Amino acid sequence: MSTHSHGKATSLTDRKILRTATIDSFGKLDPRLMIKNPVMFVVEVGAVLTLIVLVLNAIHHAHGFWFGLQITLWLWFTVLFANFAEAMAEGRGKAQAETLRKARAETEARRVCEDGSTEIVPSSALRAGDVVMVAAGEFIPGDGEVIEGVASVDESAITGESAPVIRESGGDRSAVTGGTRVLSDEIKVRVTSNPGETFLDRMISLVEGASRQKTPNEIALNILLAGLTIIFLLAVATLQPFAIYSGAPQNIFSLVSLLVCLIPTTIGGLLSAIGIAGMDRMIQRNVIAMSGRAVEASGDVDVLLLDKTGTITLGNRQATAFHPSPGITEAELANVAQLASFADETPEGRSIVVLAKEKYGLRGRELAPHNPIFIPFSAQTCMSGLDMDGREIRKGSPEAIRRHVVEKGRTVPAEMQEVVKLISNAGGTPLLVAQNRLVLGAIELTDVVKGGMRERFEHLRAMGIRTMMITGDNPLTAAAIARQAGVDDFLAEAKPEDKMALIKSEQTKGKLVAMTGDGTNDAPALAQADVGVAMNTGTQAAKEAGNMIDLDSNPTKLIEIVEIGKQLLITRGALTTFSVANDVAKYFAIIPAMFAGTFPLLDRLNIMGLRTPESAILSAVIFNALIIIALIPLALRGVRYRPLGAAALLRRNLVIYGLGGVIAPFLGIKLIDVLIGLLRLA
Amino acid sequence: MTGMGWFQIFLYFVAVLALTKPMGLYMARVFQQETTFLDFLLRPVERLIYRLCAVDERQEMHWKLYGRAMLLFSGVSMLLLYFIERLQRWLPWNPEKLANVAPDLAWNTAASFTTNTNWQSYVPETTMSYFTQMAGLAYHNFVSAAVGIALAIALVRGIAERETKTIGNFWVDITRCLLWILFPVCLIASFVFVSQGVVQNLKPYVTARLIEPHAVDSQDADGRQVHKVIAEQRIAQGPVASQEAIKMAGTNGGGFFNANSAHPYENPTPFSNFFQMLLIFLIPSGLTSTLGRMTGSPRHGWAVWTAMALLFLAGVFAAYAAESRGNPLLRGVDRQASEQQAGGNMEGKEVRIGIANSALFTTVTTDASCGAVNNMHDSLTPLGGLVPLVNIMLGEIVFGGVGSGLYGILVFVVLSVFIAGLMVGRTPEYLGKKIEAYDVKMAVLSILVSSLMILIFAAIGVVTKSGTAGITNPGPHGFSQILYAYTSAAGNNGSAFAGINANTLWYNASMGVVMLAGRFLAVIPILAIAGNLASKKTVPESLGTFPMTGPLFSVLLVSVILIVGALTFFPALSLGPILEHLRMVSGKVF
Repeated sequence: MSTHSHGKATSLTDRKILRTATIDSFGKLDPRLMIKNPVMFVVEVGAVLTLIVLVLNAIHHAHGFWFGLQITLWLWFTVLFANFAEAMAEGRGKAQAETLRKARAETEARRVCEDGSTEIVPSSALRAGDVVMVAAGEFIPGDGEVIEGVASVDESAITGESAPVIRESGGDRSAVTGGTRVLSDEIKVRVTSNPGETFLDRMISLVEGASRQKTPNEIALNILLAGLTIIFLLAVATLQPFAIYSGAPQNIFSLVSLLVCLIPTTIGGLLSAIGIAGMDRMIQRNVIAMSGRAVEASGDVDVLLLDKTGTITLGNRQATAFHPSPGITEAELANVAQLASFADETPEGRSIVVLAKEKYGLRGRELAPHNPIFIPFSAQTCMSGLDMDGREIRKGSPEAIRRHVVEKGRTVPAEMQEVVKLISNAGGTPLLVAQNRLVLGAIELTDVVKGGMRERFEHLRAMGIRTMMITGDNPLTAAAIARQAGVDDFLAEAKPEDKMALIKSEQTKGKLVAMTGDGTNDAPALAQADVGVAMNTGTQAAKEAGNMIDLDSNPTKLIEIVEIGKQLLITRGALTTFSVANDVAKYFAIIPAMFAGTFPLLDRLNIMGLRTPESAILSAVIFNALIIIALIPLALRGVRYRPLGAAALLRRNLVIYGLGGVIAPFLGIKLIDVLIGLLRLA
Repeated sequence: MTGMGWFQIFLYFVAVLALTKPMGLYMARVFQQETTFLDFLLRPVERLIYRLCAVDERQEMHWKLYGRAMLLFSGVSMLLLYFIERLQRWLPWNPEKLANVAPDLAWNTAASFTTNTNWQSYVPETTMSYFTQMAGLAYHNFVSAAVGIALAIALVRGIAERETKTIGNFWVDITRCLLWILFPVCLIASFVFVSQGVVQNLKPYVTARLIEPHAVDSQDADGRQVHKVIAEQRIAQGPVASQEAIKMAGTNGGGFFNANSAHPYENPTPFSNFFQMLLIFLIPSGLTSTLGRMTGSPRHGWAVWTAMALLFLAGVFAAYAAESRGNPLLRGVDRQASEQQAGGNMEGKEVRIGIANSALFTTVTTDASCGAVNNMHDSLTPLGGLVPLVNIMLGEIVFGGVGSGLYGILVFVVLSVFIAGLMVGRTPEYLGKKIEAYDVKMAVLSILVSSLMILIFAAIGVVTKSGTAGITNPGPHGFSQILYAYTSAAGNNGSAFAGINANTLWYNASMGVVMLAGRFLAVIPILAIAGNLASKKTVPESLGTFPMTGPLFSVLLVSVILIVGALTFFPALSLGPILEHLRMVSGKVF
């Protein structure tokens, strides 16, 4: 997590992005591109129309040229500002794509021929199924799976993480990505993708927005915006006949201005930027979403399935307490337990040594003079320990130790049997320690819940999301951990197929399910889940099955993913509301300005007291254009999501963007009107 | 405004509220084929009808089939009415020997009654025979109302059902609606009206001698002065009470007489006036409760009701306030309400009905798509006239027409839910159904149709000779007349700024088109929504789901309705009633 090479480095004010975006916003004026955005297309048509009339007026020396010119210019600015917003959003992705492209640079690959010899081919000639050898210092030529050997690999080009990772054949760490570099050893890799379809290629096109398709919700919103545009087009087009009847026909500049101010240009101009920025925010958190659809779906997630190990708990049990048998002091027990664990290199073993040290200051001792014989753990005995100075020290599972002491006719004290039960019930794992077949006491190992998990789950609950812990533990242990971590529910003694069944049953209830996974046996469940986040350290199969990949391989990232999804929708809703609410003020600026000449009485509707009709119309158009620029940061950053519960959240956003949207333009238009007066523009 | 006026309005509001739940639950039972206390009587009749018409009552229809059945039924009914009008001279029950109706007027009237509009370009007592009124017009009053209710129920089923392809059976829905709801309600209502003095006969018109004969000076065709003394009056008769019941309960609004509910034979007493208004809201208000019941979320039904009630109260207040203030130009005239006089603007109002009940009636009849009037909307003050105009422009969703009010507001609910859903960060869902592109598209289409019809035809009307020929006042009021006419037609209301002369080829033809489009083009997308929602899965509610119950939702719904309506029509309104108001205040009337 320490060194994100991309994402954070590109801030909003990055000069290079600004420059490229400015140039791009002109290229996007191409009507063939504009028509994809009906709202802004109407603005462009309006701008073209006023431009033509302006030129004709200039030829005929009609009056009002200065006003017409300003209106025309600001209409073009409106279009350009919207294009600029989109270009800005794309710009950040493009900068990242460039970095990625460098990693994809053409390399040479050593392909293994059928006879076992190797030949040098360009990486672009590799096809799925080819086998290549990659040695230290070489780039891996394509996505694949390690089929022989172990190597440390530098994956910083993809993940931004500088520490090398181990890749080895078999198991869940066999996937390698093209463009990453082997640092040590040599591996044999079976290529799994064709050129142009590699992970890197997909990532490039995703961050660039090249493969961006409109998401379902975006399409729905676009339809609503197009509908509003048609209504306003109609309202303005029919206004002219009404005006003619009333003896106050209007010029084209006023009519187009009214139209452009009324149609939802604010959201229309920022809509695609919001979508791109949503993907971008995922990338900044080192999550690659395979589609915008996946980002959107993550906002709807109802149930979160989390693996216990590694996600909720630190993933290894640690010694947390010593429970001595009657007549034994805790220090004695700690001493023996530590001795028993010196040779135990497992995390549990080490944690016992550490606990004894922390609690009783028992430090490592020089054991060599005592000629200890270490007894390693074996699956048959389920014990480990050492023999030293005639002492036979063992630690192991209660059942194993029981058998061990019973051999000599001894028993486990009743008190200890009770302790063992208590530890189990509390979700811990008990170990018994025996010396010379005498039970000295028990060590309590507990699964340690990661710091801050409880708060995160509370956060999720407030968002309306149910969390569910999946674990292979027995129900008792699972319940204890679930209680400790604060998850809503758990599935104990879960097998991979149980996970799948659980997802399906939640989905038939109409719920959207999100999960993380990394192993090949997670792949079906990842594919079944509505949001499946694969860990980058995971297998190729898992990565292919999920619809997102977390480059940091951090399972709790799901929470952030959900927030980004919600933020995306909220930003759209908020700006739509704001955009439509703005219209009220614009009517009060433009309608009196249009008709006050013929009907001075209608000037009473000029509640802002705008100076002249020209200034009023111009102010509204300028406000309409500038608000797009002003809201670009919000569109790119996203409206902040607060886990408040739907009603409170709606009330809050309605007040800010609905009521605020009604009031803000009254102030803004008045201010611009005053400035226009000072500058004597109209 | 007087305390007594407000008390009557309050009384009316309470009565509507009290009837909502019982009526709604009864209708839910009827449409969910549950048992009712009328089954012993009606079930055999119902079975007989199905046997005669070869309808399989268990057959469920896909929304397209449902829509086709509805269109076919309405189309055949419309033709039937057209031919009755064209042939009435030779048909029975025509004691006045009224002539066959002209083709353009017959078309307009057929379209008008088929669409539950009841726009009347004619004077009924001198145009339509008793047979035409009873077999043609009253028949449509019943079936067009039943079709509206059936459509609303189909949409509610779409919302309530899950993962099914069908939304009910059109034939069963209208049959049950007629037998269980409209007939019993109208039977009772007819007797109530008769008890109040509404006439019910098939007699020829009566001639009465005037107590005070009066002289009229006029010019004849050659321009010579003619002096005439009028000593007799012809008083029209007819089966009025039975027509009156369905006119109100079916939110049809087509009067038996030209004066509509201002006529003493249609609306003789204060109680009949109160009862008429109550009948208008009886079914539409009840349907909100039916919605709550059938979707299993009664509180959602009440939230929709609350939104409607807010808009209703705002309308009544505005209309009552404007009419009570009257015309400021009548300087030096006492316009205060007192024991002796109604005060305010009494032009175009019945003295016995007064300001409060006229303002209330005007609001109610345009909140619903009724269009019956007990005062002349053309004579309302500019702001008073703005209220009915805006009511219709918003889509008549304040309780609204029977059925059409509910399905109309549900379209706005879909849009509100869409916006609200986004703002809480979830893909929008309505009572567990995800609202997606298709639903939004259909909702937008449905709203577009009526705006499109109103604005385009009003625009043609104001700049063409055939259009402006019909208006009787110059300036903004003339504009309001045209705007009101097309608004009324597109909204299937049927009331008029009566000054307009609409019995011309242009108005008869164009308004016929607008009425048909306003009804049928708007409901097809709604049926599509019903079908689409029915096929969806239901998402269980969670903390993250925006609640569709409670005041926050009602306020949001009202805001969406007002914003969409205001933004669409503000320019037009500012050149009509608003301009007229400003000019009146400054001393000029039209």
